[in-house]
Amino acid sequence: MTVDQIIFLVVAVGTLIAALRVVTTGNLVHAALWLIATLFGVAVTFAILHASFLAVVQVVVYIGAIAILFIFAVMLTRKEMRDRGPQMNRNWWFGALLAAVTFGGLALIVSGWSGVTKTATAYPSDFDAVSALGNALVSPDAYVLPFEVASVLLVAALVGAVYVAFNRK
Amino acid sequence: MDFLKDPLKVAADWLLGLFSRWGIPDLWAQVLIGFLGIFILIALLMVLDIFLVWIERKVVSRFQSRIGPNRLGPFGLIQPFADIIKLLIKEDTTPAGADKVVYNLAPILSMMSVLILWAVVPLAPTILGVDLNIGVLYIIAAGAIGTLSIIMAGWSSNNKYSLIGAFREVAVMLSFEIPMLTVMLIPTIFAGSMGVGAITQAQDTWFVLLAPLAAVIFLIAAIAELGRAPFDMGEAESELVSGYNIEYSGMKFGMFYAGELLHAFTFGGFWAIMFFGGYRFFGLEQVSAFLAIAILFFKAFIGYWIIMWVKYTLLRIRIDHMLAFNWKFLTPVAFVLLMVTAFMNALLADAPTWLYIGGMFLSNVLVAWIALETARFASRKERERVEGASYAVRGTE
Repeated sequence: MTVDQIIFLVVAVGTLIAALRVVTTGNLVHAALWLIATLFGVAVTFAILHASFLAVVQVVVYIGAIAILFIFAVMLTRKEMRDRGPQMNRNWWFGALLAAVTFGGLALIVSGWSGVTKTATAYPSDFDAVSALGNALVSPDAYVLPFEVASVLLVAALVGAVYVAFNRK
Repeated sequence: MDFLKDPLKVAADWLLGLFSRWGIPDLWAQVLIGFLGIFILIALLMVLDIFLVWIERKVVSRFQSRIGPNRLGPFGLIQPFADIIKLLIKEDTTPAGADKVVYNLAPILSMMSVLILWAVVPLAPTILGVDLNIGVLYIIAAGAIGTLSIIMAGWSSNNKYSLIGAFREVAVMLSFEIPMLTVMLIPTIFAGSMGVGAITQAQDTWFVLLAPLAAVIFLIAAIAELGRAPFDMGEAESELVSGYNIEYSGMKFGMFYAGELLHAFTFGGFWAIMFFGGYRFFGLEQVSAFLAIAILFFKAFIGYWIIMWVKYTLLRIRIDHMLAFNWKFLTPVAFVLLMVTAFMNALLADAPTWLYIGGMFLSNVLVAWIALETARFASRKERERVEGASYAVRGTE
């Protein structure tokens, strides 16, 4: 086993444990903090894969904004912050089934892919992954359409949120 | 001469030779040297942090027509050590009902969020932790961890004042992150890279000449990120006692305090790196790496001094004004400035240097002028609405 594999295994196991704790912790704020640990583990995985831009965006967007908003929402909506609700509801078997099917499907797809057993070739030393990503996002041959559609969707969500919150005088 | 130019490489080579003579395999030696480098950097920063306490106290006392610490040692220089001993021997209390793990983790995360920033700080042309090509985003990501530490401290203390303080502080930090990230993209446009090292290298003319408005917005957003006056809503001694860190005592409080001071100094440094050429000063940085570090620290201290100057001069702003100022003024101005800068950059790509600098400078002045006029118009209209026609009459007198 190489050093990279050991690091990956440690990070992966840590991420999975944190993810498990998200759903098994009774305390909602603790669950949010475990979620942050999970997201951080995913960011580290991105970094291991040399996707440094995605790694940092993961931290900025998911930990810096979304997870903090989760905690805000939990703190503002719960009467008692240490409130412990029931862990399961009647649909637990359906959720478990869905998770198992998703995992199975993903495992099937990945195992059928020829790249799964290959070792990734290293980047050439002058390769700038961030520039390549930026160009791909605005180039018509690559992802400009999904990028623009996502932007429009986000703007629509923003306008909708403002409209809902707007207090007409 | 080699040692003066690139001390880090010389030291690393020497250590590598030493370790291989001891029979340590190369890979482990590299890891060991890396750890040693991190350890030395952090140790030096913490020593600097001790003196920042003294500097802050001396400067604030001058702003308030006092002398400040002057009893222990020359100019009171030993005072911070006495402070530290006091913090260390204080009773370490944990409030009843506190969430112990989260409560103890928060000060560590707070300090960590500051220290990891130094991984990307280019201290000299040859001394740079990692030359991340996404350095600008990394700075914001480290800030996200700082935000997290504040909300963890506020919640886990089981105290309503600390929770209110954390809420306010996080609201401010989340909102001011946006103009900050936006104006940090402006040096990125000039340098053509998000790497902090590359941004420093690209500053043949300091970026403050190309984007003075961006430099001002960055400073305002940085002060808000630090939670310092006039944006110290989260601490607000007169109403919240001390905000999110109220329940912490001893060295745990010390971690928050030292973290805040080092954070302020670090943002002074980033201000210098983004807009004032970092370690560059008319080619002096090429003479010796140590000179380059001295130049960067000198500039960082000027930035830190300005942050202190603002803190001890201005009064606290009400939180709704603060957020309105951010969302209705600073953020739109930052977005417009980013678009104007990108447009001008494309327009003047082939222009001679003097035209490029002049065009950029004038476009910044124009954006600032339009923004201020719009704000003035809006506030006058609002005031007329609130006070009725009487203001219009009084206003013309």
